[in-house]
Amino acid sequence: MGVEILRGFAKEAIQKSVALTNFLCCLHLTNTYLFTLVLTYGPSMLPTLNMTGSLLLAERFSTRLGKVGRGDIVIVRSPVVPRRTVTKRIIGMEGDSVTYVVDPQNSNICDTIVVPKGHVWIEGDNIYDSKDSRNFGAVPYGLLEAKVFWRIWPPKDFGSLRQRAD
Amino acid sequence: MGSLKFLWDVSKSCLTAGLISLTFSDRFASIVPVRGTSMSPTFNPITDSSIKSSSDDYVLLEKLCLEKYKFSQGDVVVFRSPSNYKEKHIKRIIGLPGDWVGTPHSYDVIEIPKGHCWVEGDNSLSSMDSKTFGPVPLGLIQGRVTHIVWPPQRIGEVKRSIPPGRLPFS
Repeated sequence: MGVEILRGFAKEAIQKSVALTNFLCCLHLTNTYLFTLVLTYGPSMLPTLNMTGSLLLAERFSTRLGKVGRGDIVIVRSPVVPRRTVTKRIIGMEGDSVTYVVDPQNSNICDTIVVPKGHVWIEGDNIYDSKDSRNFGAVPYGLLEAKVFWRIWPPKDFGSLRQRAD
Repeated sequence: MGSLKFLWDVSKSCLTAGLISLTFSDRFASIVPVRGTSMSPTFNPITDSSIKSSSDDYVLLEKLCLEKYKFSQGDVVVFRSPSNYKEKHIKRIIGLPGDWVGTPHSYDVIEIPKGHCWVEGDNSLSSMDSKTFGPVPLGLIQGRVTHIVWPPQRIGEVKRSIPPGRLPFS
């Protein structure tokens, strides 16, 4: 009798753990290949994203298929601190010539460069307080991780993120 | 009815196996082929008898190092090409942030910027590496090569080593 009970118990335990593993794998694959949630904070994307924190939904297939373009907000692995990711807007794709203000706080001297092959030029919407391509140059396309398309938090701004009107 | 249930069971276990193996290869380790001779003699060695290498080496790519992006000089890594994100290269790390490396053909010495590394192929004659495109962001690295797993006569560990004369100054 004892053996029977034990066997039934073991069978159920195996079934449960397989189901749990399946669930975790699905979660990982969805997060890696389809959609991911990102929490952003800081002043660099004002006024589009607020300073105290926004919860955003981002999709992975556009970056994977090379379908992102100028004006898209993207999640980029930081070229300076590889463990961090930053949220910026794409200003120029490869081959574009980009004019930017070198030091907007002190002067309005502009500089123009051509984005090299396989790179993108990213900037924060708040050019006065943002560490972006103006500091570290154009970033390789391979550092792009996802494209932001939906805002979840704060709830009053729930909805899709439109392109910047300019 | 019985055969239909059997088919359902088989496809269910296939799906489970696929899910688990894909997750495992994403997070922990995967096996990738090495193409080209830029890493000879470590991978795909060129022998005198046969100029074209007979077969590609298959190597084990460990991905746990991506949690912290901690590497050391001499590690062999796979990274996305900085000029084309669809291509992947396999090279050896020569210098890490803060190191100074000399470029072999000129007398320039450059400091590697924060968050970047200097990579070179073991076969300096035919290799597209940092000598052509400069320092590479660590964020492009996809994993560290630890073992050769195929062909059988070449199974073994990949040693962490720096070619003599390429030691960086720090």
